[in-house]
Amino acid sequence: MIYLDNAATTKISPVALNAMLPCFTDNYGNPSSMHTAGQKAAEALYQAREKVAACIGAEPREITFTSGGSEADNQAIITAANFGAKKGKKHIVSTAFEHHAVLHTLKKLEKSGYEVTYLDVRAPGMAEDKSGKLKNRDGEGIVTAQQVAQAIRPDTCLVTVMFANNEIGTIQPVEEIGRVCREKGVLFHTDAVQAAGHLPIDVKKQTIDMLSISAHKFGGPKGIGVLYARKGIILSTLIEGGAQERGKRAGTENLPAIVGMAAALEDSCANMDVNAARERALRDRLIAGLSRIPHGLLSGDRTNRLPGNVHFCFEGIEGESMLLLLDDKGICASSGSACTSGSLDPSHVLLAIGRPHEIAHGSLRLTLGPDNTEAEIDETIDAVASVVERLRAMSPVWRDLVSGKRTFLTD
Amino acid sequence: MALYSEKVMDHFRNPRNVGVIEGADGVGEVGNAKCGDIMKIYLKIDDDIISDVKFETFGCGSAIASSSMATELIKGKPVSDALALTNRAVAEALDGLPAHKIHCSVLAEEAIKAALKDYYDKNGIEYDHSLFPSCENCETCEL
Repeated sequence: MIYLDNAATTKISPVALNAMLPCFTDNYGNPSSMHTAGQKAAEALYQAREKVAACIGAEPREITFTSGGSEADNQAIITAANFGAKKGKKHIVSTAFEHHAVLHTLKKLEKSGYEVTYLDVRAPGMAEDKSGKLKNRDGEGIVTAQQVAQAIRPDTCLVTVMFANNEIGTIQPVEEIGRVCREKGVLFHTDAVQAAGHLPIDVKKQTIDMLSISAHKFGGPKGIGVLYARKGIILSTLIEGGAQERGKRAGTENLPAIVGMAAALEDSCANMDVNAARERALRDRLIAGLSRIPHGLLSGDRTNRLPGNVHFCFEGIEGESMLLLLDDKGICASSGSACTSGSLDPSHVLLAIGRPHEIAHGSLRLTLGPDNTEAEIDETIDAVASVVERLRAMSPVWRDLVSGKRTFLTD
Repeated sequence: MALYSEKVMDHFRNPRNVGVIEGADGVGEVGNAKCGDIMKIYLKIDDDIISDVKFETFGCGSAIASSSMATELIKGKPVSDALALTNRAVAEALDGLPAHKIHCSVLAEEAIKAALKDYYDKNGIEYDHSLFPSCENCETCEL
């Protein structure tokens, strides 16, 4: 099996697994208990908090453990919204291609009287270009700090912009956005679920007020995450019922998962440069190989993207069929097509960068991990090429494109 | 549990009757690229019998499997049988489809009806218009 869906989830790293096992068998106490077993668990919990904090340049007390990235996003946004409401500030700046954990929370706030500005993430100049053919452009899928600055109003209570996009992998200028927000005195939250463990994070240097992390995107276990909140930000509680996490997140701590996450993050950060260089080389090889397939189009800025992210759309075919045929060849991939999501609309991310529905249905995301090899990449390039060819051979859309009855949208 | 039945996967992996019939007696195309599903059915009709049928489909696994199964169900059958084919019959022959994929079988039924309508129109054969609901009115594709 060739696993190329690391943006969906990763295999647990040996370091994380080894760190977790004793928490099931020996160190199984409840960190809230007074006895020795409990205090031993509390000590492991504190050490995990210290490790996570050190990985992102934060202090241990600024780390709140959550059930994952979605909960962290929810809590961060609700916190800022509540804080803003007290001051009569009910405007939020975000982007059109955030993760649904952010977008759905924002939609909910809009229903209760908040106003949200969704920044355009299309490539500069794209909206004005009426020449016809779609192409991959520099800056595609990247918001600018200037856009953020222009969108901030006196009543803005929060800017929430993701660190890196989960579908097309584009990296946002978080540090510049952080600076703009600090200058204007607006809270800045970033969903760093795809970035943590893969890109350098320093919340102080990047002036980030709140940041979300999910463990299973960097070799940690599922069901655990982090909300970093700068000292002084009092989190709104989503889950009531106990004094855990300084009273901001009730429920007995999932110690094995927390310990596993801390070990995985520490390991990923320690090996970040080596892993990133390796993945980047494989990524570029994959992009080069898939670019040889006619009428395909890379999504998102070619270079300013996650080291492991490759995303293409192919004309004339539909994504789910591609996934099923690739799966038959032992390749695990992902797609933003409507059919894979159970809805009729293709990925909001692809629509946000200006891909028409017709193109967005034929999307394919391949995301690399530390285990992938060059041989796997070459096999994948051949497999995708043959799958695309096979599906096009039975597609009436492709027939119309080739015969000229329909116009190709890409070169 | 797998998303699709073995039958769906079989018809997706080894679709029957893929292709084009040159000079077909009836051609029907339904769906649109914006929705992510297009089916095109070609019919050869001799003495009121579907003597040959081919399809081309742009769509997901169940769309391809539904087209394949639908063509199998009408091949060699009288036109009246083809006209009576329901999406339910297609879905049942595939051992069921996931709820959000039922529209794929609807599309298959409509594609066959559209091809038959084309056959009637080309040959000036009278028919009951109410049997041919237009695809534009299908709620599934409202965008």
